[in-house]
Amino acid sequence: MAALLRERPAKPTDKRSFRRPAGAKTERIRFRDRRNVALFWLMVPGLAYFLLFHYGALVGNVIAFKEYIPFEGLWGSPWTGVGNFQRMLEDKAFWDAVFNTVWIALLQLVFYFPVPLALALLLHSLTWSSVRRFVQSVAYLPHFISWVIVVALFQQVLGDTGMLNSYLGDAGLHSADIIGNPDAFKPLVVAQVIWKDAGWGTIIFLAALSQVDEQQYEAAAIDGAGPWRRFWHVTLPAIRPVVILLLIMRLGDILSVGFEQMLLQRDAVGPQAAEIIDTFVYYQGIVGGDYGYAAAAGLFKGVIGAVLVYAANKVAHRLGEQGVYK
Amino acid sequence: MEKPKPLTQAAKVLALLTVVLLVCVPFLVIVSTSLASQREVVAGGGWVLWPTEPTLQAYRDILDGGIVTHALGVSAGVTLVGTLLSLACTVTLAYALARPGVFGGRPALLLILFTFLFPPGMIPNFLLVKELGLLDSYASLILPVLINVFNLVVLRGFFQGIPEELYEAARLDGAGDLRVLWTVVLPLSKAALAVVGLFYAVAYWNSWFYASLYLESDHWPLQQVLRTYVISGVSMTDTTLGDGAVNAPQTIQMAVLVIATVPILLVYPFLQKYFTKGVLTGAIKS
Repeated sequence: MAALLRERPAKPTDKRSFRRPAGAKTERIRFRDRRNVALFWLMVPGLAYFLLFHYGALVGNVIAFKEYIPFEGLWGSPWTGVGNFQRMLEDKAFWDAVFNTVWIALLQLVFYFPVPLALALLLHSLTWSSVRRFVQSVAYLPHFISWVIVVALFQQVLGDTGMLNSYLGDAGLHSADIIGNPDAFKPLVVAQVIWKDAGWGTIIFLAALSQVDEQQYEAAAIDGAGPWRRFWHVTLPAIRPVVILLLIMRLGDILSVGFEQMLLQRDAVGPQAAEIIDTFVYYQGIVGGDYGYAAAAGLFKGVIGAVLVYAANKVAHRLGEQGVYK
Repeated sequence: MEKPKPLTQAAKVLALLTVVLLVCVPFLVIVSTSLASQREVVAGGGWVLWPTEPTLQAYRDILDGGIVTHALGVSAGVTLVGTLLSLACTVTLAYALARPGVFGGRPALLLILFTFLFPPGMIPNFLLVKELGLLDSYASLILPVLINVFNLVVLRGFFQGIPEELYEAARLDGAGDLRVLWTVVLPLSKAALAVVGLFYAVAYWNSWFYASLYLESDHWPLQQVLRTYVISGVSMTDTTLGDGAVNAPQTIQMAVLVIATVPILLVYPFLQKYFTKGVLTGAIKS
């Protein structure tokens, strides 16, 4: 690598000979080849990262077919075949986690998904651009706040001694039992996702909306279309592809709901309400030390998840949309 | 277009005001509570909307050389080193993948995109970090998350958007690839670099899970400390705080919360203008 890089200063001489009519062609080809090899070396650090930390780690999934014994390590531990998977399929706690995951994902689909869309439409309809930019800036901000802080903020506002309850107390009303209440947990996490990411989620819709030709609105208005009809016939067709694509992709990703968010709050409400597949893997493996079993659950999620994402893409293509990859 | 009806205008203003208040009020509460005196916090039942006698005592307590001070240093260091390393590796890889006909470019791209579809999983990652001997080292917070595929795709898309003529011109002037990258491509990509750099910096600053997984508690970054003392409710004692902790724990907790949030609030205004500039929208579509 070093040798190749050191050859770089020789370039100008190369170029001079390249300008000579005789042998110009061969010089040019050599120059191109060397150029490509040099670019290849630029890829090396990044590629090494992916090979080691993704493909290298991927190999570690063999532990899912073994019983991990710390003393023996990854390779020395005895094989158990599909034993871990059999145990998993019979484990009620695992199925509770799957149920919670899918249930929370569906709740988010119904209650979170429309919010960024509505907010984007609202922002798009504003004619006063400085107000619009200000609201956009404020609404994007929570996306950059860590889950630790978001959870702490929600405790501050909705907790037993929080803002909401002291106002309710002042008004002589019953206090609302929200934080730490297993029954309120699922609505709470959906509300947290809305607070954190609804603003940021408008970006993609706003991008689609900005593609609409302003003249279409004017033409529709001249044809006598009111605001509602303009929305129905101009705005909606413009964002429909994005909406369908995002919906399909979210369905493909249904086995993933915010791991950090759940892990931070699981202890407060217990596994019944808050265990998702990812936290199940964490508690079985990292906390419980049962790496083989935990890896089996993780692999199960990875395989099903990949199949779902792949299928979602196929559906998107079938519907004539772009998909995430081609 | 005709004038909008006053009723819809009012409804819009109300909706926007709600959005702004929902975002801003929680921040106001934590800042106010962190600045309030003990008496006021106790009287307010644990929180204050506006401090009548503001004091910086809580900040003095936690920045007095205790665990929070140390955690702040760890977070700043990991964020700085991590962001620079990540940016360097992402830029070089994205640049090579953006040029046509690189040796091995196509298979490399497929290899990388596949990781997006099938991540290795938590347990194999943990075992790998352990096997590599990275446990309880700050490298374990950086190396396993060095390159983010989304950021890579954003930068590659941006580099591809630079007109081919500029590459040709630079090459005819005798510039090698590294030189073209440094003198032509990077200066043209400031906006994309700013956005991707912000994403990396925010990710490193906000990260706590890997720290809880890989590091001993005396090496923890700020977010993990915050998690332990504020969310899990472990109480801060005199020894963890440094000397002279006399303030109400509530103000202390809120002060830690503010310190963990402030860096993001500080860089955000400078960078958010790029979000509306279409740096991302182009990339998201591709």
